[in-house]
Parts: sequence; structure tokens; C-alpha cells
Amino acid sequence: MTRVRIAQLSCGPEYSGVQKEIEEAAASVDAEIFFPDIKLADIRKGFDEFGLDVRSPDLKLAIARARALVEGRVEADAVFIATCFRCAEAAIVRNELRRYIHENSLLPVVSYSFTERTTAGTLLTRMEALTTIARRRALLAREVQEGLTMGVDSGSSTTKAVVMQDNRIIGTGWLPTTGVLQSAHDVIELAVKEAGVKREDIEAVGTTGYGRFLVGENIGAQLIQEELTVNSKGAVYLADTQRGASTVIDIGGMDNKAITVQDGIPGTFTMGGICAGASGRFLEMTAKRLGVDITELGPLAMKGISKQVPMNSYCIVFGTQSLVNALAAGSLPEDVAAAACHSVAEQVFEQQLQEVDIKEPVIMVGGTSLIQGLVRAMSDLLQTEIVVPHHSQYIGAVGSALLASGFIKGD
Amino acid sequence: MAKVFIYPSTSLILSDLVARFGHRPLSAALQIRERIQTPGLESPPLQITPEEPKKGLKYAAVEVPSGVRGRMSLYGPMIEDAEAAVIVNDADFAFGCMGCARTNELIKFLIRKRKIPVLELNYPKNEDEGQEFVAAIHEFLKSLGSGE
Repeated sequence: MTRVRIAQLSCGPEYSGVQKEIEEAAASVDAEIFFPDIKLADIRKGFDEFGLDVRSPDLKLAIARARALVEGRVEADAVFIATCFRCAEAAIVRNELRRYIHENSLLPVVSYSFTERTTAGTLLTRMEALTTIARRRALLAREVQEGLTMGVDSGSSTTKAVVMQDNRIIGTGWLPTTGVLQSAHDVIELAVKEAGVKREDIEAVGTTGYGRFLVGENIGAQLIQEELTVNSKGAVYLADTQRGASTVIDIGGMDNKAITVQDGIPGTFTMGGICAGASGRFLEMTAKRLGVDITELGPLAMKGISKQVPMNSYCIVFGTQSLVNALAAGSLPEDVAAAACHSVAEQVFEQQLQEVDIKEPVIMVGGTSLIQGLVRAMSDLLQTEIVVPHHSQYIGAVGSALLASGFIKGD
Repeated sequence: MAKVFIYPSTSLILSDLVARFGHRPLSAALQIRERIQTPGLESPPLQITPEEPKKGLKYAAVEVPSGVRGRMSLYGPMIEDAEAAVIVNDADFAFGCMGCARTNELIKFLIRKRKIPVLELNYPKNEDEGQEFVAAIHEFLKSLGSGE
């Protein structure tokens, strides 16, 4: 497959001045946005039959176009659903169309609510994930790591590297991200040293995370791939749930990902990054304010009772204010730690998990999955046992190393 | 000649009717023609940039979705400029269609608030109603004074 064709179902982007941004994001991953052509009679029929009685004609058109895609009257490789942020009517349509397409077709779909400030850069990872699923279905179906490979995850907070051999992790490296390239080289050195291999013996390398392009080009990676598909692949691999359905939650330093996975391939996903109060960064700040290391925050939170401290701000500044107020009023550090974990979990639950259909098992990955208080809070909210696989903080690096083995023989 | 705002603003039939009776239709075509003839390729085809939703703040507050504000940056100035208006409710898609229900509610409200002569009627469902529909528009436009 060369150029991926992404069908756009939307209301408002051309009037918000962001249509160009959507098209730019798609073009940068060698994809093309198109609007499914349908007849006027099909709009009425498609909309009536769908049964969602919305008032906005552009949303009626989006519904009719979704039906045409699902019924195969219009061909596409992926679907991008976009509506205005803060429009209730559009939010209902967006969610229902995403669900309808996911349940009735194999088309990868992502939905997004934009403002006039949405840029191509914001949309890039989502578009890249859509095209990866469409283009690399065979690669994503890989279940076993072969040969000697390495994965590097250049994240916003930390950089990780993993060396794998014959389906086993034999070396790891983990450091806070400072200089993107320097951090990558440092973690590679750590992982290679622990693995007891030579850098030049590694047969294939994959990179992911924010710095994937820079690091990938610098170290000559065979695979440079966004973290949505890589992390979900790594998660089901480590949790040993490669077949069937699962949900992957990754609360990162700068953004959060919620991905539904079927047989190792992402179906729907959301990626949030507007409000830092719902990110791992807030937990880092909480730990700092409480005077404990981030690794101690989880055990501390497990001792506390979150309900003792009111805290549920979307904003990291207001969240920190609640934290400071609570401590000043004499709250116990463990209760504050528990409240911070609950606040992050609740916001991810409210803002993101409502946009994907949770399917068990639920797997939490990324550095924050090691904060037990956060996992407990998410488990309470979802009313389910959450799986945290071994090496969960290395998820992107593991996923990259696994997928990179598909490139050993030039696959 | 009066400047007559039409709703749905995309209706070519309504625009044509207004022009035939000697008045100047204020329609989407007018705004869009102006935009696509403006030099530059900033955001084709409508040339709407993120600046337009900001201009739309004059008509709708910041918590209103950007698509509504962007649309209002096109239609708002026309509503202010209008001397009369013809509103057709529940029109068929083929007659003229405006994509966002919230914008449509706001447009109609702002027109009514202007206290200019307004003809508001429902889209005809059969031939008899169709004839009455055209006659009513004719009558209304005639009442606005002689065209050129």
C-alpha cells in the first residue's frame, strides 16, 4: 500500500480554519484525506436508518457517509472523525460513529474534537497511527521477537531502551530525558551493557516516542513508529494477551493514551494532552511537593484515603493549589498522595475512557503503571482488576524491539 | 433596492428570486466568492483561517464551538448589513442547507432581533404550497420598494 486514503467525517473544521492542518498532518505521513461522495438520496436514507435524530445537516451527512463506508459503497483505508470541541450534539455523533464503524468494519478509526488552535503537529501521531494500522497490519500481527533487536522509547519525561534476544528481554536502560539524543545514547549504552552484547551485533532497531524521528535517524533505526501502535503491541505482548480483545491505558508524562486492541492490532484509540492535571507530570509534582521520590509515591498513596482530600482539577496549577491547601489544612501526606492518584485516574476515566469501549483485560503500562496508588484508583473506577505486566515502564521500547525483528531479513 | 439576507444562505433558488425582483441577496455565495477571490492560499478552498473564529467572538462567546464562531464571522456581517430578510424553515437539503444547527439558531435569532422586515415561512411540501410560497416571497419583496 502506498498512499493511505483516510475518509474524513466531520462538522466544522473548514469553518474553524483547521482543515488545512488536518490535511497537512495526513500528508506528512503519506496519507490523503478525502470526503466520501454520496448521493443526496443516500444522505436522507443513511441518516434515517441510523436512527440518531440530530439537527445539524453536517452531522447528518457524517452519519450517511459512515454508513456508506461500513456498507462498502465507498472505499477507504481508515477513518478520521472530527467535530468542534464543546459541541454536545457533535460529541454524541462522534462517539456513536466511532463505535458504529469499529463494531461493523475493520477500518481503523480515530476521533478528535478540535478548536481553532489545533495544529498539524497535534494531529500527527494520531494520523501516523491510523496509517500504521492500515499499512503495517502484517507487521503488527507479529507475536514473537526473533534474533537480536533493540527498541528505544524517547519519551517526554524519560528515555528507555530494551535489548531483546529470542523472545526474551536481556538488557534495559532507563533515564530521565534531558538532551534527546544524549539520553538515547546513554540508555542504549546501559541496555547493551546489561545484555552483554555488542552494539554492532544488534540486527534491527526500532524507535518510538516524541523523539522517535530524531533518535531513529541518528542511530539508523529500521523502524520508526508512533507510540500508539507500538505501546499497544508491547502491552499485549508482555501481558500475554495477544489474541482476543483488551484495553491498554498509558498515562504518560505529557499525554495519555487509551487504546482498544483486538488480536494485537489497535482498533480505536484516544490520545489526550490538553490538561496536565491528568498526566504523569502532576504525579511527579505531587511527589516533589510531598518530598518523596516518585517511586515512593505509589506505596504512600496505598496507605492513604483519597476521599479525605478534595482534588479533581484538570489543570496542573489548580491541582497543585488543592494539594498545597490540603497540606496547609493538616491533611496527611498519604491522603494527599492517594487523592492525587485518584484525581489523575478520574480525569483519564472521564475525559478519555468514555471515548473507547473498555474491554477486559485492562492493561496499564508506562512509568506511571508502577505507581500502585494510581493503578488502584483506576481499578476502583473501572470496577475491574488491572493487569500491570512485567517491564511495563519499558513498554514502548519492548514494542519497538518486538516489531523491529520484522525487519531483520528486510521484511 | 434592498439588501435582503436569505436563509438558508446557501440557497441559489432563493438568491435568484431576490435578485429577480430587483433586490440584492445577501447569501453565502457572496461571502464565499469574496473569499476565494482573495489572493493567497492560506486555507483553501474557503480561505478560512484560525483568525475567523476569533472574529466570530463578536457574535458568540469563547465557549461556543469554533465552527459556530467561524461561520458567524461570515454571516454576522451580512446580518448587520441586511435591510430585510427571508427565512425558509425546514428546507429540503436540495433547496439550500446550512451545516450547523446551533449556528442556524443564532443566525435566525440575530435576524429577528434586528427588527427589520422579515418574511418567515415553511418550505412547501406540494405544488400548491409551492405556488403560495413563491407568491408570498414575491409579495414581500415588492413591499420592500421598487427594484432597479
